[in-house]
Amino acid sequence: MKLVNKTNIGWLILAIATFLILQLAVSTGLISAYYEITLVTILINVILAVGLNLIIGFSGQFSLGHAGFMAIGAYTAGIISKYFPHYGGLFLGIIGGIILTSIVALIVGVPTLRLKGDYLAIATLGVAEIIRITIVNMQNVTNGAAGLSGIPYLAKWPLVYVFAVLTVLIVVNYTRSSPGRATIAIREDEIAAESMGINTTKYKTIAFVLGAATAAVGGALHASYFSVIRPGDFTFNKSIDILIIVVFGGIGSVTGSIIAAIVLGILNVFLQPFGSLRMIIYALALIVIMIFKPSGLLGNKEFTISGLLHLFGRKSTIKEEGKK
Amino acid sequence: MDTFIQQMINGLSLGSIYALIALGYTMVYGIIKLINFAHGDIYMVGAFVGYTMINSFGMGFFPALVTAMALSALLGVLIERIAYKPLRNATRIAVLITAIGVSYLLQNGMLYFYGAGVRAFPQVLENKLYSVGGIKVSQIQLMIFGTTFILMILLQFIVQKTKMGKAMRAVSTDASAAQLMGINVDNTISFTFFLGSSLAGAAGVLVGLYYNTIDPMMGVAPGLKAFVAAVLGGIGIIPGAMIGGLTIGIIETMVSAYGNSMIRDAVVYGILILILIIRPAGILGKHVKEKV
Repeated sequence: MKLVNKTNIGWLILAIATFLILQLAVSTGLISAYYEITLVTILINVILAVGLNLIIGFSGQFSLGHAGFMAIGAYTAGIISKYFPHYGGLFLGIIGGIILTSIVALIVGVPTLRLKGDYLAIATLGVAEIIRITIVNMQNVTNGAAGLSGIPYLAKWPLVYVFAVLTVLIVVNYTRSSPGRATIAIREDEIAAESMGINTTKYKTIAFVLGAATAAVGGALHASYFSVIRPGDFTFNKSIDILIIVVFGGIGSVTGSIIAAIVLGILNVFLQPFGSLRMIIYALALIVIMIFKPSGLLGNKEFTISGLLHLFGRKSTIKEEGKK
Repeated sequence: MDTFIQQMINGLSLGSIYALIALGYTMVYGIIKLINFAHGDIYMVGAFVGYTMINSFGMGFFPALVTAMALSALLGVLIERIAYKPLRNATRIAVLITAIGVSYLLQNGMLYFYGAGVRAFPQVLENKLYSVGGIKVSQIQLMIFGTTFILMILLQFIVQKTKMGKAMRAVSTDASAAQLMGINVDNTISFTFFLGSSLAGAAGVLVGLYYNTIDPMMGVAPGLKAFVAAVLGGIGIIPGAMIGGLTIGIIETMVSAYGNSMIRDAVVYGILILILIIRPAGILGKHVKEKV
């Protein structure tokens, strides 16, 4: 396939146009400094949710420890960029976080992904807690429960945007590659996939490690944007928040994860004035949505440029046929 | 040696409470393969019911315990009927998210009505200490052992000897086959929630008495640990939850007593991961071959 074709150019235009619109909104003050925090939170949540969707939606494994991997990324990037307070330090931190997270994910993934069932969920739940407790206890490196502050503010929103686009690009391309197709086959029927000669443990582990690595990127950007991180930011509830975005958008739909991150981010802003009632409304909304639309907003449908072109193409042929 | 036995008794008290909560997790997982994240919050509601009954209605220990169990059980059945039953044919993760939604609702509902502050649980039992050869056992600890023991015998009796228990075992083995045999699967599932939630309610009251304090977020950490206990013993297996609960309670107390209480939880989760690597089906679990 050629690199320069209609669909790829379409995606490029879409990514640049979104960026320009956001840039315009920020520079005209339509997105104020307060809403810029919401914007960055949404972008980081896109990174986290798309990564988790790769694990849950495409390989069919539960992971309940996304916040743990995020914490590794955040602390690695935070500590390194405090030593080297420039972009080189931040990128070094992101790469360090990715490597460290991948190692931890491999250690957890290899033994548990050999098994069928919810074992990865249980193991990741435990690992995330162990990571958090380790961070609390490594007083001289991580400053314990009080957290790390004064991390240089380098990840301005355009950088976060670039990383979000890159994450989506990598994940979507992976699911369309040969290993990605093998991963989806495992999700559909593990035994059938195995009998077709697919090494199920290998592909489940690849998807899990890749997903965990994106969590590290999300965590690193979080640390750099907010300048302050505490172990309390990466509890079980944080993992659940990301899981909710994935399920709300539709398991196995990258478009769904992006839309859900945006919708829930905006919903959060609108629910802010309700104070303590906010979480009650949020919980009720969650239950009601799950009961009436258990497959999430988009199910496993995807928005694609080629689908869009196809749709327009069909409409115009119908019109032409009507004229005849 | 004395301190060791003393710590063992403390560990068993904590473990009994974990075991009571773990039973609910294990029964529900055994029957509908759901990690019921709202279970820890039912335990919290149980503690608050006990608190209200003693404080506002002047009840004694046993009436308050029974009321807390009854109301928790009703709450459990209500949650199952409203939130989980419509999702019987949906993906398991959708039910999981609903369970998380219910958990958030219970936590934040209680936060809204009772406030975030920690409340002192009224001490209805005299805090007598019995000492046998230098080892002290408080009356509350004896009450925890007694209540847990009776409830577990009762549960074993219901599951093994009654018709409803037989139905529960049948549904957890094969729901559709059980339905063909004329078992009402929905009622059986509700009954499972009824039993599990009543045990969690009892655990809530006992914890209130033991630690003196309750708050709306108290269910989160014990909930997770009780789930670990259920996995440790072999998820879906009732005696496994009891063994797992006691083991976790003892380990936790021992690590606090002889090691560093800061890493207590890390040790518990570390054991969980070791178990998953060495013996994934849990202590009492059997390896089941999957058939096509």
